[in-house]
Amino acid sequence: MGRDAWYGRDVLSILDFSRADLELLFDSADSIVDQPVRTKKSLAGKIVATAFFEPSTRTRLSFSAAALKLGADVIDLSPDVSSLLKGESLSDTMRMLDGYADLIAMRHPSEGAALLASEVASVPIVNGGDGSQHHPSQAMLDLFTVKRLKGRIDGLNYAVLGDIRYARSAASFLYGLARYKPGKVSLVSPESLRPRNEVKDTIKKVGLKTEQHDDLESIIADVDVIYMTRIQKERFPDPNEYEKVKGSYRITKGSLANAKKGSIVLHALPRTNELAYEVDSLPNAAYMKQARFGVPVRMALLDLVLGGAKK
Amino acid sequence: MNDKETMLVQKISDGTVIDHVSAGKALSVLRLLGNPQNREGVTVALVMNVGSSKMGRKDILKVEGVELTDDQVQKLALIAPLASVNIIRSYRVLEKKNAVPPKTVRGVLSCTGATCVSVREKDSISSVFTMASSSPLTYRCKYCGRDLNEQEIASQLG
Ligand SMILES: [Zn+2]
Repeated sequence: MGRDAWYGRDVLSILDFSRADLELLFDSADSIVDQPVRTKKSLAGKIVATAFFEPSTRTRLSFSAAALKLGADVIDLSPDVSSLLKGESLSDTMRMLDGYADLIAMRHPSEGAALLASEVASVPIVNGGDGSQHHPSQAMLDLFTVKRLKGRIDGLNYAVLGDIRYARSAASFLYGLARYKPGKVSLVSPESLRPRNEVKDTIKKVGLKTEQHDDLESIIADVDVIYMTRIQKERFPDPNEYEKVKGSYRITKGSLANAKKGSIVLHALPRTNELAYEVDSLPNAAYMKQARFGVPVRMALLDLVLGGAKK
Repeated sequence: MNDKETMLVQKISDGTVIDHVSAGKALSVLRLLGNPQNREGVTVALVMNVGSSKMGRKDILKVEGVELTDDQVQKLALIAPLASVNIIRSYRVLEKKNAVPPKTVRGVLSCTGATCVSVREKDSISSVFTMASSSPLTYRCKYCGRDLNEQEIASQLG
C-alpha cells in the first residue's frame, strides 16, 4: 500500500491510478513545492531517458529538470535522432533504451505507443503523451494545480473548452476528474471537436457525468475551473468552420467579465490565439502557476516510481 | 446430413466437418484456418449454398486430415457464429464443438485507426482485440480503444 502502489509501475494512463494513489502523489508534490531545500537527491545514480518521437520541448524539459533536481542523470533521444531511427521499429528502439536507463519518459504520435513500449521494456515507462487520449503526467499536474489553488477537487464545477476531440490533455483531465467527485462537468466545443466515441465510452464507463454546451457564456457564472485547449486550424476540414467557431472558444478579459468569483483558467500551454495575453494579469489566470507545477509534480512522480525516497 | 449432400461429398475418415457456416463464408473460413488445403496430405471439400432448415442457406466444409484446435474454433466464431464443428476419427464423430467468439483475438484482426500504434508498427507487433460486446459482436483494440463492429470483422476476414 501507499508508496508501494507506485514503485516500479508504468504510468500509461491516469486511469491506472486510484484516488489514493493520486493523493499520495499530490502530498509528495506539496512537500516539494513547500520545502524545496529539504528535497533530497534521492535518484542519484539512476538514469532517466527521455524519448520524444514528436516535438514537445515543454514536457521533455520538465521531465529532464525533475530528474536532474533529484540527482538522476538524463539521457535524451532527441527528435532529430528519433527521426534517424525511423527505419527501426518502436519496439527495437525501446528495447535499446531499456538497456540504458532506469526509467523512460516518452512521447509518441501513435495511440497506444506507451503501452507497446511497456510491453517490451522492463523498466517503468512514463507516458508523456501518446495519441489523443493519454497524457497522465499533464492531468496529474492539472489536478494538482486545482487542488493547490482551490483547496479541493471535489464539488467544483468544471468547463473543458475547445478541442476535446484531439487534445490529449483534455481527455486525460476528464479521466482524472473521474477519480474525484466533481460538481458539473461541461464540455464546451463545436460539433466537429466533440469527444470521439472511444473517449465518450471511457468517460461513461468510469462514471463521469458530463454535459455538452456550444458556448461558455451561458454557463460561465457557475464554473469554478475553466480548462482550455489549443484549437488548431488544421483540425478543421473546412477553414471557414474554424473562422466561424474560433471566437466562441477564445478567452479574453471581456469573456471573463461574468466569470464566477475565484474561478481559475487552466491551459496546458503553449497557447495560440485562443487565450489572450490580457488575461495574464487577471486573478483568474492560473496557467503560469500550472506550468510551474510541472517540475515538482514530475519530481514526485519519478521519485515514487523509482522508489528513491524509500532508501 | 441428407442424401443429397452425401451425393455431393463423401464422408471423411479423419478430420473436421464444419457445419452451419453462413452461406458464402466457406472461403473466408478456409482463409481463417490458414488455407489448410495448401498443406501436404490435407483434402478440403466445400459444400456451398445448400438448404438448411435452421439457416435457410448454409455452407459446409470438410477438412480431411486436420482436427481443428479450440483456438481455431474460437476464431471461426468471428465470422461463423452459428457454426458447429465435428471432429471425425475413423468415420465417427469423436467430439462436437460449438463456435464461441473468443475473449481475446491476437493478430487476426486489424485496427481501423490510422494513428493506432498497432497499425503503424504492424511489422513488429501483433494486433490484440478484446471482446467489448457479444451481441452485436464488437471487439476493442487494446492499443487505441477503437471498436470493430460485425461488418468490419467480416469484411476483414472475408
Ligand atoms: Zn487500435
